[in-house]
Amino acid sequence: MEAAMGLMRRMPPRHSETALSALLSLLPHNSSDLLSQVDLPLQVLSDDDSGKRFILCEYNRDADSYRSPWSNKYHPRLEDAPYPSSKLRQLEIEANDIFTVYCDQYYEGGISSVYMWEDDNEGFVACFLVKKDGSKTGQGRRGYLEEGTWDAIHVIEVGPEEETTRYCLTSTVMLSLTTDDVSSGTFSLSGSIRRQMNMNLPVADGHLCNMGKMIEEMEGKLRNSLDQVYFGKTREMVCTLRPPSEVLPMRLPDS
Amino acid sequence: MAEEETELSDKQKKEIAKWFLLNAPAGEIQYVAKDLKSVLNNDDVYDEAASEAFPVYNKSHMICLEMPGRFGDVLVTSYGELQGNEYLDPKTAQVAIVDHVKQVCTEVRPASDEELPTPYVEEYRCALEAEMLKYVGEAYPKGSCSVYCINGKDVEGPGYDFELVAVISAARLSPQNFCTGSWQSIWKIECKDDIQVLELKGKLQVGAHYFEEGNVQLDAKHECRDSTMFQSPDDSAIAIASLIRHHETEYLASLEASYLNLPDATFKDLRRKLPVTRTLFPWHSTSQFSLTREISKELGIGK
Repeated sequence: MEAAMGLMRRMPPRHSETALSALLSLLPHNSSDLLSQVDLPLQVLSDDDSGKRFILCEYNRDADSYRSPWSNKYHPRLEDAPYPSSKLRQLEIEANDIFTVYCDQYYEGGISSVYMWEDDNEGFVACFLVKKDGSKTGQGRRGYLEEGTWDAIHVIEVGPEEETTRYCLTSTVMLSLTTDDVSSGTFSLSGSIRRQMNMNLPVADGHLCNMGKMIEEMEGKLRNSLDQVYFGKTREMVCTLRPPSEVLPMRLPDS
Repeated sequence: MAEEETELSDKQKKEIAKWFLLNAPAGEIQYVAKDLKSVLNNDDVYDEAASEAFPVYNKSHMICLEMPGRFGDVLVTSYGELQGNEYLDPKTAQVAIVDHVKQVCTEVRPASDEELPTPYVEEYRCALEAEMLKYVGEAYPKGSCSVYCINGKDVEGPGYDFELVAVISAARLSPQNFCTGSWQSIWKIECKDDIQVLELKGKLQVGAHYFEEGNVQLDAKHECRDSTMFQSPDDSAIAIASLIRHHETEYLASLEASYLNLPDATFKDLRRKLPVTRTLFPWHSTSQFSLTREISKELGIGK
């Protein structure tokens, strides 16, 4: 498995779907491990009832059907499928509404979904997902991107409710962007990172508030990290391969 | 979901193995090979895949190998390929015999006359190579270059066209820093005798990979064209090298500009740093909650 994850770290992020299906066919016995440890760009379906789109993931899937957070119904229809309790469903509805506004503020559009379900430890798990198409044909307002996608998956395990409750967040961001113009050719950056954050927060502030703040903080950190560290390192590498010409005249000629 | 255990054929496994090897970032194929061997757990399939994938990978990345016997380095490229594992180094007129899977040069032999261009073409090739070596030596801390004749190598004198290609290959591997990168330039120069013009077509490709607790890759490409007068070998060489230097420097500047544009412009189309309000999202505010719920309901209908 370690070797498989090593391969995933080296393959171009754009081809992660192909890489994962190749690994699944080579290692069929490790499929559940692979599927839980490797994230793929998110898929979307349209809810029949409201026409709104929702994101597909393992957390709203049963067999081959997916539950819409808007109508709470499975697409395609399914008998005997699992649903969150009505109390949790209320929280889920509120979470979806608020998260939509959050996404509109940060993503200027995008598609979002939140799914919740009870876990075995008297707590629950919530999954917040965002998918943004920032290309100029999508929802990219400034029109720079030929192609651009941001997929974020935040899974929070909420411990049993006490005065101070434990929240464990695991976040994955996958992104890819391409600019293309006559003078500078094609410029393409893509990548994925995953981080964790654990916090103990007062339950009096409200689950949504606590989870929301954690996600906002995490997304901010990941965005900065991607921009400054990750993209920055690739830029540094380019300048190491061929230093900008301002540096060159400073070199003394070889005798 | 029915889990059907359809066992993959060896041929299918080999194709998958090849795909992994071919998609390894510059300089990382040996690491990919190690992980792949472990996942495949089948040395025969691996060996077959490797024997097919490595030559393609080595040529497309234009890897640089040391030649035994103090002849310097040779670039493994399709332009210099004489046979499956024999590569001409035009600089030294030696032919390197290469083990693709091990990525080493095992022996060296002198090139035969048929393998080399005519003295007429060679004058141009050699003059350009000398200028290119000067340029590459200054501009690329660890770059290598070669100039090959890819068309018309038997041209005896003026009156006929011929074509040269200048390739530059630079790679940086820093596995302990989880970072690798590569730069490749391929400049084709068509020497058109009838109109006395040299037509240049350049293809530049840059890649970088940073993988400390993540996986981020840069893939950038650019094509450009230019032309200059067909002159004496030395004057042509100086003119060509100077055009190449100019275009490559400009390209580097535009890459820098793309990076500078990222945080505030390009990246913003994916996710803003902060909302337009320039404050964090008001999770706490209950009065704003009911307000935002109204907004969200409106948005919900609008979507």
